[in-house]
Amino acid sequence: MARAIGMGLRRALEDDPKTLVMGEDVGQLGGVFRVTDGLLKDFGEARVIDTPLGEAGIIGTAVGLALRGYRPVCEIQFDGFVYPAFDQIVSSLAKLHARSRGSLTVPVVIRIPFGGGIGAVEHHSESPEAYFTHTPGLRVVSPATPNDAYWMIQQAISCADPVVFLEPKRRYWEKSELDIESEPLPMGAARLVLPGSQVTIAAYGPTVRTALDAAATAREEGLSLEVIDLRSLSPLDVDAVEASVRRTGRLVVVHEAVVAHGVGAELAAQITERCFHSLEAPVLRVGGAAVPYPPARVEEHYLPDVDRLLHAVDRALAY
Amino acid sequence: MEQVASVWDGAEVGPEAVQLLTPQGRRVEHPSFAVDVSVQDLRGLYRDLVLARRLDTEATALQRQGELGLWPPALGQEAAQIGSGRALTAADHAFPTYREHGVALVRGVGPLELLRMFRGVDHGGWDPVATGFHLYTIVIGAQTLHATGYAMGLQRDGRVGDDGSAVLAYLGDGATSEGAVSEAFVWAAAMNAPVVFFCQNNGWAISEPTAKQTRIPLYQRARGFGFPGIRVDGNDVLAVLAVTRAALARAREGGGPVLVEAVTYRMGAHTTSDDPTRYRDPDEVAAWKARDPIARVAALLGREDPGLAEVVAEVEREAGELAERVRHGVRAMPDPGPLDMYDSVYAEPNVALARERDEHAAYLASFEEVS
Repeated sequence: MARAIGMGLRRALEDDPKTLVMGEDVGQLGGVFRVTDGLLKDFGEARVIDTPLGEAGIIGTAVGLALRGYRPVCEIQFDGFVYPAFDQIVSSLAKLHARSRGSLTVPVVIRIPFGGGIGAVEHHSESPEAYFTHTPGLRVVSPATPNDAYWMIQQAISCADPVVFLEPKRRYWEKSELDIESEPLPMGAARLVLPGSQVTIAAYGPTVRTALDAAATAREEGLSLEVIDLRSLSPLDVDAVEASVRRTGRLVVVHEAVVAHGVGAELAAQITERCFHSLEAPVLRVGGAAVPYPPARVEEHYLPDVDRLLHAVDRALAY
Repeated sequence: MEQVASVWDGAEVGPEAVQLLTPQGRRVEHPSFAVDVSVQDLRGLYRDLVLARRLDTEATALQRQGELGLWPPALGQEAAQIGSGRALTAADHAFPTYREHGVALVRGVGPLELLRMFRGVDHGGWDPVATGFHLYTIVIGAQTLHATGYAMGLQRDGRVGDDGSAVLAYLGDGATSEGAVSEAFVWAAAMNAPVVFFCQNNGWAISEPTAKQTRIPLYQRARGFGFPGIRVDGNDVLAVLAVTRAALARAREGGGPVLVEAVTYRMGAHTTSDDPTRYRDPDEVAAWKARDPIARVAALLGREDPGLAEVVAEVEREAGELAERVRHGVRAMPDPGPLDMYDSVYAEPNVALARERDEHAAYLASFEEVS
């Protein structure tokens, strides 16, 4: 997947001379995950910018570059390092289009390797998506497959709105075929990954793989789970989830982020409002505990896995 | 305007503030900076200063009458604003805080456009592209990064060099304590960006004196970041014009950033919400009143302009018209429609937001059905 994102970036740089890549270590090193490997050599330092170390500076200068007509793609090295840039993202970047009544656009993409499961130290395994989905003016997306990653990064770059692009870092090494001819779904649409009849699982980013593994295990036990990859967290494609829940009657949402006040809570509320009478069970959420991301040796107890997901499925079916 | 080429060679230009016009209105020479202003130019600067002050006076009054939600007065800072604003060319760009009313006027922002956000009918109100005067930024220091990024864009557009353009980033003394400003200084230096940071040190960050922000003169900060800093008498419109012009010229030609510290004084409150009598000595205010930037230019004109009386009368008439236009115009500003707030959140269609807007519209329509 890391290579697919790099290929998508390369194509965006080729297609539009206004596209820039910027961040700490994105040039010579190719990024700490090597996503931007080789771009500096081919596009030069005016377009692939090794920046000073300062997250507010990366996003704040990207805002200025966007006002000048550029399309900066910023790399934040790790999820837990985005917070120093928070003000620039939520106070400036998210609001400039609205503040100018549409006369200014700031098409900045913020790439953030996010989530846990790689045995990292503190601040390298967080899931900050809810901070950004709560901010109008931003789009927040997360690909779950290499093909989606390849296309979605290009869609994010060509989008006129600022996009927070969350890369599931523990899936960076996943491999699959790229279809570089036919563009997949639009960036804001959810995707039905696996049809099923008894329980809908809604997942995104790193937990889509977990959901598919759970569905495979459940099938051996004679259960039919439907898996939806949300892909976009803001806006949420609630219509796609609603259509699924009307068929299955049950919904379990799974994400790595803290369950409380999270994306799952929003989806649960909206689905309950929309299809209360179609639900056979309350919407259940599986995800992180309301604690700071724990030390790596215990992260397996924090991260939602197949067993915890199936436990929630069993609870939903027990109603 | 003449600039001595070596003036920026040192990381600091000082220690004294550059002055070209004394508080008594006499021209003085400076070894490194000069401005060539005709009587006609002086009349123009005088007009700008008076109109800026009149706008400020009217806006303060309108806030007191409940017509504006808030107003940050720029009283006393007119020379810093007009001098720096007049140093910009049409191709330059300014990134203001929320107090650059004088700069706005000389950049061609209409007074009523400027007042829209303080009336509470808009968060912007003017065209930043057409005027080269970007939207006000209320978060302290955030705009210095936008300015630096914009300057990086100018570099990439090949706009540095002959016929180049530059960016002027405004900030206050309090803003120099913000992390964003330090990052802007780091970026500007590392990128050699064509940006001039124009700090109006007006003595106070709400109730905190400059001594709370720094232990060294602010212009000396620049040395630590690797570019020149210079202090200028911020109540001397000629010195501000000369120094800002020189700094912008250097940036346009590829010389990189400069920090200009204009030492001035905020004669009024931070905003109409605070009470400066609680935190500062009336003697200090009185001392600065004697350094009034407009009286200084008037005194100079008194020496050099035989037609002064006519100029004063004409500017007074113009200021009166401005005031009347502002008074009537503010009261006549229509409130935005309740659904307008949904219109510009995103540049591209957003299904979730469209749904929320439709629900709100239906709710509003339900009242019409009842009545």
